[in-house]
Amino acid sequence: MESKPRLLTILDIATVVLLLIATYMVFFYAPQEAVMGDVQRVFYFHVAAGWVGMLSFMGAAIAGIVYLIKKDRKWDIVGLAAVEIGIVFLFINVVTGSIWARPIWNTWWTWDPRLTTATVMLLIYLAYLMLRQGIEDPDRRARFGAVYAIIGSLSVPLTYFSARIFRTIHPIVIGSGDPNASGSFDMTPLMTRTFMFSLLTFTFIFFDLFWHRIRLGRKADQVEQLRLKTME
Amino acid sequence: MTIERQSSALPGENTTSKAAGFMRAMGAVVWKDLSAELRSRELISAMLVFALLVILIFNFALDLNPAQRREPTITAGVLWVIFVFAGTLGLNRSMAVEKDRGCLDGLLLAPVDRSAIYFGKVLGNLVFMLMVELIVLPIYSLLYNVNLFNPGLLLVILLGSIGYVAVGTLLAAMAVQARTRDILLPILLFPVVLPVILAAVKASTGFLDGSEMDLIRPWLNLLIVYDIIFSAVAFMVFDYVVEE
Amino acid sequence: MIKVRKLVKRFGLKTVLRGLDFEVEQGEFVALLGPNGAGKTTFLRILASLSRPSMGGVNIAGYRLPDQAAAVRRRLGVVSHQPLLYGDLTAEENLRFYGRMYGVSNLQERVMEVLELVGLTTRRRDLVRTFSRGMQQRLAIGRAVLHDPDVVLFDEPHTGLDQDASAMLDTVLQEVAARGRTVVMTSHDLARTADLASRFDVISRGVISASVQRDEIDPNDLLAFYRQALQES
Repeated sequence: MESKPRLLTILDIATVVLLLIATYMVFFYAPQEAVMGDVQRVFYFHVAAGWVGMLSFMGAAIAGIVYLIKKDRKWDIVGLAAVEIGIVFLFINVVTGSIWARPIWNTWWTWDPRLTTATVMLLIYLAYLMLRQGIEDPDRRARFGAVYAIIGSLSVPLTYFSARIFRTIHPIVIGSGDPNASGSFDMTPLMTRTFMFSLLTFTFIFFDLFWHRIRLGRKADQVEQLRLKTME
Repeated sequence: MTIERQSSALPGENTTSKAAGFMRAMGAVVWKDLSAELRSRELISAMLVFALLVILIFNFALDLNPAQRREPTITAGVLWVIFVFAGTLGLNRSMAVEKDRGCLDGLLLAPVDRSAIYFGKVLGNLVFMLMVELIVLPIYSLLYNVNLFNPGLLLVILLGSIGYVAVGTLLAAMAVQARTRDILLPILLFPVVLPVILAAVKASTGFLDGSEMDLIRPWLNLLIVYDIIFSAVAFMVFDYVVEE
Repeated sequence: MIKVRKLVKRFGLKTVLRGLDFEVEQGEFVALLGPNGAGKTTFLRILASLSRPSMGGVNIAGYRLPDQAAAVRRRLGVVSHQPLLYGDLTAEENLRFYGRMYGVSNLQERVMEVLELVGLTTRRRDLVRTFSRGMQQRLAIGRAVLHDPDVVLFDEPHTGLDQDASAMLDTVLQEVAARGRTVVMTSHDLARTADLASRFDVISRGVISASVQRDEIDPNDLLAFYRQALQES
């Protein structure tokens, strides 16, 4: 673990390249959407970010389960990395969702099930960090993080379903359009390609950041170990 | 003074007594919490006073009399907000008692399954929460001229409280071991308990408005599913939260 | 009775116990001495089954920790420096509660016996909240021996007690030890333990660095022995 692995460097370069291409595609390759106009371009990154956020969330829960079974610190670092990255992407997801909603439905916010669930996920992530911050013992911190990640990941689907039931029983029309229509524009092949490419790019970004973060965590552990050695 | 040694046969060595031991320990924990509370009445009075204060604040913030509101009734929403916040007080306090004098260690030293301790605590917390809810209901009824003696409503209150307390007890056990213990519990609990709140409020409103069962049933189902999933999961991970 | 082999305990990346070996025969009263931070409390918590070993084997009364923890717990009594008592319950209610948790038979009789042992019969209906520290410690000992354990662990039980209370505690300690029970007591009060213990072990930097039997050493030399044990490690 001393020097940066070649593969990681390659991944870094690949990610940057993909991001540049994706940005080009979003702004120039994909056509302008008939009804919503240019603001619709936000959609590509909005959904991709949401997808990564969800991926992180499940990753944190799985890392939590494995940690509880194996008690290997490495899984705790994995879980923490997943949460930290997830926060960034969910934040992007929520903010871009808001930017998209404003011109379309004349509101900065809509309690659409997906947006609501993303927000709740974000809050759970933040709570996870606050929980860890309040605990001194590293083993206990890891255990509690794992437990909360599991509990959180179970409640989020239920939150989504409850928001969905809420919608079907009480459809609310806000402003000038039906918010339920989010994402209900037909995608031309060009748009579909852009969409899939954005998804791919963001997945690359996720794994790149993830790998970096895990390395950072392990280096921090090494530093801590050396520090403890010098104190003896 | 002489002390006779206990007989050499130790209790709880076979499976039937194991189940009996479980129930006995769980019962002991519940009895302990209820006895201590009966004597000091600190918990219930704190929760009640808090609940009444919240009603008071809402009274000035909103118009709670259904006859005078133009929008649909918000009774259920207000009630559940009260229950959620008062419930947090109860959960915090119940766990703090164990932490403060190291009593949690005392519980962990006993030769019983950790889950007996968990269920004992959950049951105790549930009793406290239900007691507060059952006192708030008539008071609210009187103040705002709403009939809250609705069996459907009572069912929802029971189901919702179970889900809330099942997750809350687990999270309180974690929160109480952290430095930031007091503010941490609501932060951990509220995002996770949202499905319960939403379902409980919707179902409660449904019963109060006299809606058709078809509209209410999905919410009841959601509550039941939540209760089952989280009771099971919390019971499985409780060990990890109290062990060292 | 107690067999510990190569016990290692880590907290995150910090190692507190480093391959500790420890053996106690039935009926011995071992005083575990050591400076703060040496790992006394950590070690005692592991013996008490409250903490899991990171590595190594711990055997108490023939049962292994942490796998057979429940069996160990039945035969173990623990007195920590926190009283582990509920302030809002009476002395009697506290004992009854723990008695039920341990499945003690003839509970009421046993509770009265124990109250007499620790000299708190007259205060049995009083809330523990009103007890002095000395009385709480005595009641805590009562709680620890209620289920008649084979092994009793004490973690610095004299902490916070004045002379009279300490003397009363010593009487109870002697009575507890007299029943053929095995006792391990941590302390940093040499004078007190000199009278009670049959063996003195010194724990330093995560291992037992020295051990001596009561009859092998003159009580006046105890302090020198202790200092030397610390220096050598």
